[in-house]
Amino acid sequence: MNEARATETRLVGRPQDAEVSVAVPANDVILKVEDLRMYFPITRGLLKRKVGEVKAVDGVSFTIRRGETLGLVGESGCGKTTVGRCISRIYQPTDGRIWFEHREISKLAEKEFRPLRRHIAVIFQDPYGSLDPRQTAGSIVGEPLEIHKMVRSKAEYRERVAGLFAKVGLDPALMSRYPHEFSGGQRQRIGIARALAGDPSLIICDEPVSALDVSIQAQIINLLMDLKEGSSGLTYIFIAHDLSVVKHISDRIAVMYLGRVVEITTPAELYSNPIHPYTRALLSAVCVPDPDIEATRERIVLEGEVPSPVNPPSGCTFHARCPEATPACKTTVPKLTMVAEDHEVACLRVAEAAVKEEQ
Amino acid sequence: MCEAGPRGRMLEVEDLYTEFKIDQGIVHAVNGISYAVDEREIVGMVGESGCGKTVSQLSVMQLIRRPGRIAGGKVWFEGVNLLEYRPNSPEMRAIRGGKISMIFQEPMTSLNPTLTIGRQITESLELHLGMNKKEARARAIELLDQVGIPSAASRLDDYPHQFSGGMRQRVMIAIGVACEPKMVIADEPTTALDCTTQAQLLELMLATIDRCQGALVLVTHNLGVVARYAQRLYIMYAGKIVEEGRCRDIFYRPSHPYTIGLLNSVPRLDEAKGKRLVPIWGTPPNLIDPPARCAFYPRCPERTERCRVEPWPELKPVEGEGHLVRCYMREGGRGA
Repeated sequence: MNEARATETRLVGRPQDAEVSVAVPANDVILKVEDLRMYFPITRGLLKRKVGEVKAVDGVSFTIRRGETLGLVGESGCGKTTVGRCISRIYQPTDGRIWFEHREISKLAEKEFRPLRRHIAVIFQDPYGSLDPRQTAGSIVGEPLEIHKMVRSKAEYRERVAGLFAKVGLDPALMSRYPHEFSGGQRQRIGIARALAGDPSLIICDEPVSALDVSIQAQIINLLMDLKEGSSGLTYIFIAHDLSVVKHISDRIAVMYLGRVVEITTPAELYSNPIHPYTRALLSAVCVPDPDIEATRERIVLEGEVPSPVNPPSGCTFHARCPEATPACKTTVPKLTMVAEDHEVACLRVAEAAVKEEQ
Repeated sequence: MCEAGPRGRMLEVEDLYTEFKIDQGIVHAVNGISYAVDEREIVGMVGESGCGKTVSQLSVMQLIRRPGRIAGGKVWFEGVNLLEYRPNSPEMRAIRGGKISMIFQEPMTSLNPTLTIGRQITESLELHLGMNKKEARARAIELLDQVGIPSAASRLDDYPHQFSGGMRQRVMIAIGVACEPKMVIADEPTTALDCTTQAQLLELMLATIDRCQGALVLVTHNLGVVARYAQRLYIMYAGKIVEEGRCRDIFYRPSHPYTIGLLNSVPRLDEAKGKRLVPIWGTPPNLIDPPARCAFYPRCPERTERCRVEPWPELKPVEGEGHLVRCYMREGGRGA
């Protein structure tokens, strides 16, 4: 272990190495996001005059405990990927605060953030587009080791890369091959190995299996779950549009709609007791591979389409499509309200019901 | 010419072969498949990418372009073998879009960006139903209205890029059913769309096809979608049908190791927590000059020496009406 690394580890208070290890409480929060906003400017003309904003993420808050998998689910344009990219600082958020390992990172300058970068890794969706075609698989995986100066000799580098290959189920003999020589599933393994190279404590998995075939998807899902099991305190943010996959892998799920979290709870609770009308529609839209169950399941077909985030509806952004909307939904933005342990919903009707119950 | 095919079915495909000649060899994309579709039936064609499900459908429509060619087989539709017609013959053109229509996966790329939506619908109405411009226009408005496009009359002169993805797929459905075809082939019709939009459009598509009393071939990799909608299924692997049967038999009595593998490898919304997925190991085979043996052999958990040395087995019946499976391990007895 070199010195730079040890200091850096202490810097973020990460109990990863034996010498700096401290007891970690079970509900230790690794990441906290508060009122995150990401607005992308729309510019027009020669002078790039700003004519509007895309409100990709509009006030998202959540916390993740160490060792947990938080699923972010929603349809395209709901902001789930943008949330991931703000956390990994691919984007500089417009507003809001992010704490990682109890340290606020949202306002850090790029230079200050750089040493933290290896602790927050990203696995991307497209196993074809996200790997440099001119780099060998070995150098793709090993690059973070060099950048963060995590190895001292060539032999150690090779050993570490070979170890990472083996960890994700790739033959280390393939290190000198180029990405085009691998299948989609193998490429995704390369992407995972690279993400693991920096020895991260948080991995943001952005649609990691969406581009893969059904039979390969299961291999990658199992690999991700095994990696977590085999480590102490590896944490995932798992972003996907496929609710069945998200439910399978997550400990808690946040459902997003048009830049906001509308419901956040455990998978079992989400399936048996979905409360937000959008969550209910989303669940009912997923087909279960079982004809008898499908024959009896209720299907809520929503009217219209997801509105544009350029000009989102006022109040609750779901009100125009919501079968249960009241006039108040058009004007008031609902806040996430606790309805049970580990179950929060952002819906005015729920808040109303809670008030009534108290009376 | 409304007589039925040999066995009283509307469409009967017999021993169809389609191959692509490329530098590395010949890709046997469709490697001898036979299937049938009854009137008003909903048939699911299931398989992973590269299994030949799309190519088989394009072959039925004779839409295979070089370096591909249909290397053999018959496609019986209403008593005629469509493969006897040349791809560009007037007969084949009358079939395409008129009697059999196709809804493609990508609403972004399969609409012509240089023609208005209205023109793309009226084209087939004028061609197949001999309507004049005015009639066709009126009918196009009616169709767009049916598929849920708001203020259809004013949107007729818009171009595809002015519509969202979901709206474009609605237009595709409208084009697909414009001439009230006998059969619609929907190739991954909703895969590119979001969950809730998918649900909207599948329901819409089914209702629309039902209204014109057509049959539907649903080509997809999504087992949930076929579980919900299909009556019969064909499971394809490496250019061949490895299992076929009624939807319930396939789901509750899957017999081919590949089908079983597929069902065990997808996470289900209704599963209990902690259930581990059972993936199919390995990767789908390369279809360039494949060996004569069962193509699933390298990935099969039940393989034996016989599977390695002998050629592909035939489709043989197992428990369940019309339930057939192509596997040596299921011969001479009940299905698994």
